[in-house]
Amino acid sequence: MKLELRNVTKRFGAVLANDHLNITIDSGSVHAIVGENGAGKSTAMRIAYGFYTADSGEILVDGTPRDIRAPRDAIALGIGMVHQHFMLVRPMTVTENIVLGAEPGSAMSLDVRKASGAIRALSHEFRLAVDPDAIVETLSVGQQQRVELLKALYRRAELLILDEPTAVLTPQEVEEFFAILRRMRSQGKTVIIITHKLSEVLAISDRVTVMRDGRVVGDLKTSQTSAAELARLMVGRDVLLKVEKAPANPGATVLTVRHLSIDAAGGASASRAARHAPPQRRRVDDVSFDVRAGEIVGIAGVEGNGQTELIEALAGLIPQSHISGSVTFGDRELRLFTARQRRELGIAHVPEDRHRRGLLLEFSLAENAILGVHYRPPAASGPGTLLLDQNAIDQRAELIVREFDVRPANPALPARALSGGNQQKLIIGREFELPPVLLLISQPTRGVDIGAIEFIHRKIVAMRDAGCAVLLVSAELEEVTALADRVLVLHNGRVAGEVNPSTATPEQIGLLMTGGRR
Amino acid sequence: MGDVFTISLVFSTIRLATPLVWAAIGGLYSERSGVVNIALEGLMLAGAFTAAAVTFYAHSPWIGLASASIAGAVVAFVFAVICIRFKANEVVAGTGINILFLGLPAVLSGALFLSSGSTPQVPRDELLPTVWQIVPAAPPWRILTDVSTISLLALVVVGCTWYVLYRTPFGLRLRSVGENPEAADAAGIRVERIRYSGVVLSGVLAGIGGAYLSIGQSSLFTRNMTAGRGFIALAALIFGKWRPVQTMLACLLFGFADAVTIQMQGVVKMPSGEDVPVQFIQMIPYLVTIIVLAGFIGQSRAPGALGVPYDKEA
Amino acid sequence: MSRLRELLFPLGAVLCAFAVGAVVVLLVGDSPIEVYRLLLGSALSWPDGIGYTLFFATPLIFTGLAVAVALRGGLLNIGAEGQLYVAAFATAWVGIKLTGLPSLLLVPLCCLAAMGAGATWGAIPGLLKARFGSHEVINTIMLNFIAVALVGYLTQYHYRLPGDPIMESVPIGDTAHLPRLGSFVPGLPERIPLNVGFLLALVAAWLVYVLLWKTKWGYEIRATGQSPAAAEYGGISIRKEIVLTMAISGALAGMVGINEVLGYRYRYYDGFSDNYGFTGIAVALLGRNHPAGVLLAALLFAVLQRGGVPVDAFTQLVSKDIVQILQALVILFVAAEGMFRVRGKR
Repeated sequence: MKLELRNVTKRFGAVLANDHLNITIDSGSVHAIVGENGAGKSTAMRIAYGFYTADSGEILVDGTPRDIRAPRDAIALGIGMVHQHFMLVRPMTVTENIVLGAEPGSAMSLDVRKASGAIRALSHEFRLAVDPDAIVETLSVGQQQRVELLKALYRRAELLILDEPTAVLTPQEVEEFFAILRRMRSQGKTVIIITHKLSEVLAISDRVTVMRDGRVVGDLKTSQTSAAELARLMVGRDVLLKVEKAPANPGATVLTVRHLSIDAAGGASASRAARHAPPQRRRVDDVSFDVRAGEIVGIAGVEGNGQTELIEALAGLIPQSHISGSVTFGDRELRLFTARQRRELGIAHVPEDRHRRGLLLEFSLAENAILGVHYRPPAASGPGTLLLDQNAIDQRAELIVREFDVRPANPALPARALSGGNQQKLIIGREFELPPVLLLISQPTRGVDIGAIEFIHRKIVAMRDAGCAVLLVSAELEEVTALADRVLVLHNGRVAGEVNPSTATPEQIGLLMTGGRR
Repeated sequence: MGDVFTISLVFSTIRLATPLVWAAIGGLYSERSGVVNIALEGLMLAGAFTAAAVTFYAHSPWIGLASASIAGAVVAFVFAVICIRFKANEVVAGTGINILFLGLPAVLSGALFLSSGSTPQVPRDELLPTVWQIVPAAPPWRILTDVSTISLLALVVVGCTWYVLYRTPFGLRLRSVGENPEAADAAGIRVERIRYSGVVLSGVLAGIGGAYLSIGQSSLFTRNMTAGRGFIALAALIFGKWRPVQTMLACLLFGFADAVTIQMQGVVKMPSGEDVPVQFIQMIPYLVTIIVLAGFIGQSRAPGALGVPYDKEA
Repeated sequence: MSRLRELLFPLGAVLCAFAVGAVVVLLVGDSPIEVYRLLLGSALSWPDGIGYTLFFATPLIFTGLAVAVALRGGLLNIGAEGQLYVAAFATAWVGIKLTGLPSLLLVPLCCLAAMGAGATWGAIPGLLKARFGSHEVINTIMLNFIAVALVGYLTQYHYRLPGDPIMESVPIGDTAHLPRLGSFVPGLPERIPLNVGFLLALVAAWLVYVLLWKTKWGYEIRATGQSPAAAEYGGISIRKEIVLTMAISGALAGMVGINEVLGYRYRYYDGFSDNYGFTGIAVALLGRNHPAGVLLAALLFAVLQRGGVPVDAFTQLVSKDIVQILQALVILFVAAEGMFRVRGKR
């Protein structure tokens, strides 16, 4: 199936997400669409799938203009989509999820057996092994992805759109996934993958379209381009892929973690990725490590392997009843301290979900700048430190906005008015200004534009050089290896191994990420 | 105390649980589709008033019942528009509906019957019949003479609901919309349409529950006659984990508490020999609700998207 | 622009509510113009119109503030009705038991009793939510019924004047009385029950403003209401905030008792509340959960309530329940605020 977007434009309020896009996808190919976060790639594909409607422009399927107003219409045309965050109904079975919306049998009665049979057949044909009666919640991430693919294939999709399909896969699972794509291509199906991982684009795609700021800035044959060229197109200038940093000079041990375990219920407050994991097992399993002043310890691993819970537990956000083991900060047993007290001790936390945890979106920048320190001087003053000192609050906000380049530089604006990168800079500014003795950072540059990424990386290194102990979690392997002095790899909640980031290869780390021993 | 626990208690329980079952199962359709339905109280009142007023004029309880279900459907539809189309806070909107039906029946009955809130009494033979009354050839066993057709129908509705929810495509789609509307939308399902169906169905069923109160259990409508039953039905739904059979059992439990309460009045004495003050006995059903909710909510898993208006461009 | 919208939007809701109310009146067979003229007109006369309107506004300011504070904290307090009954009884009880104490001591004690009882009755559903996660809407409604029964029992069996057929308690001591405003406002007769409680309501509104935006407690309440996950991250204890918010809300609702018992009836009178608790919800929503808005909204509803009396008396078919209908419609239109959004987003 050939797909063409002609002059597609889409605006969300003040943001022009797609600006007169012209994209052509050839039949029977694997086509990659790359761009930074916020470039508009997902939006464009969601329009093709009917999730959104374009403000202007048209979509042509096999040369004919088509009116796609809802996913129904796209499905009827043979277009299927697997979203970045899986669209699965977790408490229902695989079969129920796959047939949802296209149920066999009559309106009065669901023919479950017929459905299971059809799924087994498809599963066999494409070699996507999965148990039709399993409850989706209990499946691994790789298995859930297979369910998503089967969903599209069950509806006889000829064109598959995959949004960031390898975000939650280990390097080995990525190879298996590529094999599936090649099989589909050989069967005549068209595949579009949206990704920001250039190495994968080069490995699997036939053509690549580069988007930047809502526009198409390049359309190339993969065999004729390189990672550097793609990166330059994505960003608009030469990209510095390496972080400048001097060797670490670690001092005393600041944080000591011994035999830390967190049970499944403790992960209840965790992020979406963590919820992909099967419910029964421990989220963090007998983890031990140290962090010293003046060093950056990186935690690598596919999302959902316990990183979220680990950081939240260290920050004091998981109830003690779900945690066992010991955590020592200096000479104190940290588990006796509340989240508030831990901040007072000098433990700062940049959370992985800035919208949910890190910011009060309706509050002003100034009010956000004091979150966590609002109850003590200088933010609070007067008898019993009851009253808020507006002057002091504004001054602090202005300092953070200035030092951390938050734009627009207006402390009275609500936090939701800022872009992702600026929101992140605000949070980092707030936490860095504590000032911290131990810094817990999770996914510091997710959804952040490149300029801000470089700024944030430099600030983190500066913190380390000033003597702070830094524990960094990131799903982006390049980020962890670039910033950290030591890297621990988490798999299924356990420390699979420790590597030296300057000498270890991605293959070695990938092996650890799947649980293999070094 | 032996005077309290008699066979009459069983029939009282069924009688008192019936409106709860209708309202709670109605609530189930709405909440399983993801729309919190605090308005069950108001929907019941709408049904109760309509049934009483219409039956008075039409001289037939079945016409009254039908109009009650229509009234419930209409009010529920308005509620649905406010919550689904305008993405209102469902609890606030539900509260508005409830308050509306504290006052609206009074104004309407003032206009129709020149009364201050009650409808005129409906004669005995025009009330909703017992099971025996529609099958007079059967022997007059208590289980037929003391049980209303509406109670029997409630049982049927519970069974049907189980089947619809777990064995039909509609039920599958309803459940998916309540758990993860984005996934349902991605699968091509009309999320809003399903939610409208769920809410309107809840209006129909709750309206019938209300009708039972006014022309089944009683013979007229009085102001605020539901006295919190809509909320107790909601508590039963939560207690019953949003599942049809378990919800029905929860309603029976609450009906039982209510029935025991009534039996106790005048029977159970204080240590001093005086009657227990009526107010204490009145409190029991409400206390039971609080205790049940507190004890069991932790074990209940609500539909994943309950209470979250679906806004895909958000 | 956003400020203008803040003002226009509640206005729009009120107008829509009045429009639908007019339809109801038409259906019933009366003239909407006549009804609305009576509803709104009687509030403007001096001294009776304005005096009674401000008097009716007083409990609505308290319950409106109560619901507003709770909503700021992310909670819906439907229990103001029960809270104010318990508080009214408590304040009467203190006024009865401690008769003889000088005013300077007794009045503050009675006030504290009202606020304390209200706070306690509000804290109960707060604790239930914090500890068990059970929804405050159902629990507050259950507690409303329980409160009415409890207070009715106490009045009937223990505090009634023997032989008095009315369900009311014995009178409170003279020194517990709050002076009527008529005693120091020229032109205002003392028969009008407008009393110092009204001034207390104004002070309460100002204090709520200070609490919510100028203190750290208010910051924590608002943060919890805005995003519990972020508040927790910021070191705020969600459980503590839930209980605290409900307690403050209950205390504010309880202050209705001060106006009613100490300033008007000088005893506990069963069933005195004309749906103040539920009206408070409409007041808070219309006032956008801001003390200034609450004052204006309370005034509007007081005008309607004052107008309900002549509507009842002078129209054939419409009763003062029309006021309750208007309140419900306001709640519905405020809830449906999406309706007032400019079209064109889809």
